[in-house]
Amino acid sequence: MTKIVFFIILTFGVELFLSGHNNPGGGFIGGLVLSSAFVLLYLVYDIETVHRGTPFDFKRVAAFGVLLAVGTGMLSLLFGDSFLSQTTWLVDLPVFGETELGTMTIFEAGVALTVLGVVVTIILGISEDVE
Amino acid sequence: MNNILVLPMILPVLVGVMLVFLRPYIRVQRVLSVLTMIASAAVAAYCLQHIHLNGIMRLDFGDWLPPHGILFVGDSFAMLLVLVACVVSSIILLYAFATTGIETEVMFFYPFFLFLVAGVNGSFLTGDLFNLFVCFEVMLLASYVLLTLGGRKTQLKEGITYVLINVLASWFFLLGIAYVYGVLGTLNMAHIAVRVAETGQGPLLTLIAIIFLIVFSLKAGLLLYFWLPGSYSAPPIAVAALFGALLTKVGIYALYRMFTLIFIHDPIIYKIIGVLAIVTMIAGCLGAIAYSDIRQIVSYNVIISVGFVLTGLAVATNTAFQGASYYLIHDMVSKALLFLLAGTVVYLTGRSKFNEISGLIRNYPLVGWLFFLTMLAVSGIPPFSGFIGKVYIGLGAIETGSYVLLAVSFLSGIGVLYSLLRIFLNSFWGETIISEDDQKPFQKKVGLPLVLLAILVVGLGIGAELLSPYIEDAANALTNPEQYIRAVMGDDLE
Repeated sequence: MTKIVFFIILTFGVELFLSGHNNPGGGFIGGLVLSSAFVLLYLVYDIETVHRGTPFDFKRVAAFGVLLAVGTGMLSLLFGDSFLSQTTWLVDLPVFGETELGTMTIFEAGVALTVLGVVVTIILGISEDVE
Repeated sequence: MNNILVLPMILPVLVGVMLVFLRPYIRVQRVLSVLTMIASAAVAAYCLQHIHLNGIMRLDFGDWLPPHGILFVGDSFAMLLVLVACVVSSIILLYAFATTGIETEVMFFYPFFLFLVAGVNGSFLTGDLFNLFVCFEVMLLASYVLLTLGGRKTQLKEGITYVLINVLASWFFLLGIAYVYGVLGTLNMAHIAVRVAETGQGPLLTLIAIIFLIVFSLKAGLLLYFWLPGSYSAPPIAVAALFGALLTKVGIYALYRMFTLIFIHDPIIYKIIGVLAIVTMIAGCLGAIAYSDIRQIVSYNVIISVGFVLTGLAVATNTAFQGASYYLIHDMVSKALLFLLAGTVVYLTGRSKFNEISGLIRNYPLVGWLFFLTMLAVSGIPPFSGFIGKVYIGLGAIETGSYVLLAVSFLSGIGVLYSLLRIFLNSFWGETIISEDDQKPFQKKVGLPLVLLAILVVGLGIGAELLSPYIEDAANALTNPEQYIRAVMGDDLE
């Protein structure tokens, strides 16, 4: 049951994240929903089991997210634009048809990863201090 | 478009994040962090010269034109502070290398050090009120970590007070921002200034101004300093020096920005600031003289200088602003040195009360003479760095006839001198308590940052002339808010 809910939450998180460009949603909210999926896993299974399935340090996930977000901002410097400038392209993709691809999505992905990493780190940090 | 303006904030963030991945490699972390600070300082120096030649710089993030987007604005006042903050924090880093234990360093000490400096630089540079809040939070979150890193009991105890006070202050800050947005419909600082001038600063706006005054007074330690001595004497020496040098200055900067750019139409505010400054100086002197713990005394010295710098704002003339700019620069450098020296004394002797220590100058002549020099500089004796700032602030006070402010601020100098002279006479003169056998070795790498800061203190005093064009720029930008507004909003003011 948990596994099904987990994937429903994950899908919802990704949906929120992707719709964020022009509708309510975006990296922050998407990241929060994604992290709630992980928190659910931690609640249902124990920490060791989940760690075996997701063998990465969430502090690094957060750091990678910040790097991604700041990195896209810095990238615009290389093209001679103002810091944090964003671009979009209209691309014809085989399945989706005409799709808008934007650097904004990379920035938002960074935000989502940061939120995910930070929330999971905080939850794990709270659970740890029993020792 | 001046992308270079964002570098003093974004370089530390970027490198700080990379250091998270380099966690086991402490040496690499050290080298990278000090290089980052030096690079940021170089950028700030370049920008300062650029502003001197071409006027105030502005960077619209993502090309969203003001008042719609977020922006960084670099005027000489902000950029001078950025420059000095970067220089001072690179020297404090050198001290941190020598004194921070590996077990603390590996707990992301350097990333958080860099984040703190990034927050400080961002607060100086931002031209948007909400962005100022965000930069404050970046700085505060990093300072929470640095304050409690190590987990000693006093650190945690003071950490709780510090976090609670700052969360409360941040909440008030947010409240003020919401009020401003509700009343004026904008958060761009230059745009707010325009609208305040248009609508007139009525009672409502003055009330909002007073909310900001309370918020920034809490952050700067103006009257509301009760949290400061405890939380500045709890953390490791290098962190305490960083706090003493930078954190209160951000609050002071925000006060200056608010009340020279935005809420400038009601003289009552300046009267309030003047009274607060006087009370702060007197209370700071009492504290500095009452305690015998060296680190407490040094923390109270921070409070006195906060009061002193804000007499410049209370007077609010061009001369006083020049003095305040000089004094802020001096204060960042000399407070860093004072905190490092006090910490070094406590570390070398293992005691923290000055009347339990004596004759240190026989064991450690360098520390003794540096302390003497710092004492003279902090109390404003020529030719050291504190003198020129004091003179200009005093001149400003005479121009406006604020003789009470003048008297209290100069008497506070005597308080500073007395409180430090007591430490010097008791702890450094007299019979030595440390025999040559159990004397802790004084390492060169601990001495180097102290000497570097001392060179700066002397250099700022003697070379004040070199700085004067930039100081004049800064004072002019503060006296003529139109310069700032025009740089942001363009020539066609709505």
